[in-house]
Amino acid sequence: MPQITYREALNQALAEEMERDESVFLMGEEVAEYDGAYKVSKGLLDRFGDRRVVDSPISELGFAGLGVGAAMTGLRPVIEFMTFNFSILALDQVINSAAKLYYMSGGQFSIPMVFRGPTGAALQLSAQHSQACETWYVHSPGIKLVTPGTPADAKGLLKAAIRDDDPVAFMEGELLYNLKGEVPDPDDGDFVIPLGVADVKREGSHVSIITHGKMVHVALQAANQLAKDGVEAEVVDLRSLRPLDVEAILRSVHKTNRAVYLEEGWPYAGIGAQIVATIQEEAFDYLDAPVLRVTQADVPMPYAKNLEKLAKPDAKRVVAACNRVLYRD
Amino acid sequence: MAETTTEQDPRLETFSREQLHDFLRQMLLFRRFEEKAEESYAIGKIGGFCHLHIGQEAVALGFIGPLRDDDYVISAYREHTQALAKGLEPGPVMAELYGRRSGVSGGKGGSMHLFDRDLRFMGGHGIVGAQTALATGMGWAIHYRGGDQVCVCFMGDAAVNQGAFHESLNMAAIWKLPVIFVVENNEYGMGTAFSRVSAVPVLEKGEGYGIPTHSVDGQDILETWRFTEELVAKVREGAGPQYVEARTYRFKGHSMSDPVSGTYRSKEEVKERTKEQDPITLLRNRLLEAELLTQDELEEMDERVRAQVDEAADFADDAPFPPEEDLYRDVYAETNEHGRLFLDGRDR
Ligand SMILES: Cc1ncc(C[n+]2csc(CCOP(=O)(O)OP(=O)(O)O)c2C)c(N)n1
Ligand SMILES: [Mg+2]
Repeated sequence: MPQITYREALNQALAEEMERDESVFLMGEEVAEYDGAYKVSKGLLDRFGDRRVVDSPISELGFAGLGVGAAMTGLRPVIEFMTFNFSILALDQVINSAAKLYYMSGGQFSIPMVFRGPTGAALQLSAQHSQACETWYVHSPGIKLVTPGTPADAKGLLKAAIRDDDPVAFMEGELLYNLKGEVPDPDDGDFVIPLGVADVKREGSHVSIITHGKMVHVALQAANQLAKDGVEAEVVDLRSLRPLDVEAILRSVHKTNRAVYLEEGWPYAGIGAQIVATIQEEAFDYLDAPVLRVTQADVPMPYAKNLEKLAKPDAKRVVAACNRVLYRD
Repeated sequence: MAETTTEQDPRLETFSREQLHDFLRQMLLFRRFEEKAEESYAIGKIGGFCHLHIGQEAVALGFIGPLRDDDYVISAYREHTQALAKGLEPGPVMAELYGRRSGVSGGKGGSMHLFDRDLRFMGGHGIVGAQTALATGMGWAIHYRGGDQVCVCFMGDAAVNQGAFHESLNMAAIWKLPVIFVVENNEYGMGTAFSRVSAVPVLEKGEGYGIPTHSVDGQDILETWRFTEELVAKVREGAGPQYVEARTYRFKGHSMSDPVSGTYRSKEEVKERTKEQDPITLLRNRLLEAELLTQDELEEMDERVRAQVDEAADFADDAPFPPEEDLYRDVYAETNEHGRLFLDGRDR
């Protein structure tokens, strides 16, 4: 299988879907002439022209709403946010329009669109440019949320997201764009990963590390360290946060009886809070220890390198949490 | 006003008698519909927020009547009459206000969220100004597909202070989108006079984007209708977005829970404006004076319209409430066998 970067995988997915379906277009800041702030849309302007690859003004609320309005007429917009941090300006259109129109209209207007871009911290970008935005999006029914952690997942899930008839938030990792991985050759057929299917990235029987997005790699690092001590951790990558593969979570917990949720976001009402609630509601009798969470510190992201490192979840903290639920010191 | 019109309005000759009667009949229907809604609200058949369009009927008819069926109309929450003008049936609209399954939005939207996909009535939207961005998307879609439709986007005067409005005008301008932004300037946003929250008049709010701006008398159906016909023709031919102020006045309170005048405007003001500027009275008097309408015809017309509204209310009364299984219906358009979409534990 060819090895390509996460960025190339996204680019392939966009190009293939735009080729396949004339109603798909890409709009956002710097997506066309500049090739995308992170070069995800490289070459698409030349290939598809400025009708389908559109540079927008810096008007997140406006162009998010434009996408929703276009989707109401049956187009399939892909709206790129330079990063999801800036999408907070657009949340009204995401939550009050995109997520609700199908319901409010009694099923008349579906909103087949994608909001995509990076979420989470990069390096030393400080508070306004380093935040995990998943919770804002996953909280409201009516929207779906996908967080690929590998190049293959990025490609297969983006294609599924574009084809989906509902609004899908597609959150990438800024630090993942250069990550290489195996992705099936486009010549070997259409590669689509359905939404709502978790992926066990590493099998193990002692403890489940459940996570999503970029944190998959931190979880795998932690699992490797734990393996040196004879602890076999299972890493469950949720991939989609809505729909949520609850069965996969339960399957893993039934096997290991211990779980840690790892995420880049804040703990308060974070994704982990939902996962912990789900586990205790549905697998309480299988648990041998409380479920712990490893998250960003409950503070805005600081700039100073040492403080930033302290704020972010890392493999060491994941190892410590796993040891705690295993009652090992 | 009848008292001051001594000569016959020359514009009357540019419309057929049937058309003039139809204007009056439609505006009467809007008025009687809203009065019925008011009545039903008072006895608890309609709940929540309910915003009446009484006094502003000529804006709805004048800007929607001249459109084609494949043109888009989108609005805010004061949209009952606009829905009727776009061809939605009074019965299902009333049923929506009553929260019934046979309502135009299946009882899920209510007064503020009327929709009809087939008739391209793109909704009632409750967030002030948000519909301007959606309208820009509809304009974008028309442009993307190379069509010659237009999108008419209504908003209140308060919406012109919103970010979404300014972002939308700018985008519509740079891409020359076929969107007609219509501000219904009724001078107040709830209890706030426009002049208290803007340093410039409504019309100037549309300037600075390279869009033609216009101001029309929103109480005069002959003016709004002709204006729209001409404007729409230009937009179909590629004139790009337009910004229109329709000068009007709200005869009732902001919503059903508000008094008619309240603390922010005087009783005298409301009384005077209602007397002088009622779009229905203005047209009626013109037609009577010009002998294009007889008193008998008028009475018969009103009777028919009242019967139509009674029928709509009966339809709503008889319509079933949405069944309980509708609670989870239409949250998502697409589901697959994977994952759970709802996490409230009830779907287990
Ligand atoms: C974003 C937002 N802020 C506040 C409100 C509450 N609100 C509803 S209507 C309204 C006044 C709007 O006035 P205007 O746009 O002039 O329309 P009108 O009611 O006069 O038709 C306000 C403040 C809202 N719906 N949305
Ligand atoms: Mg107003």
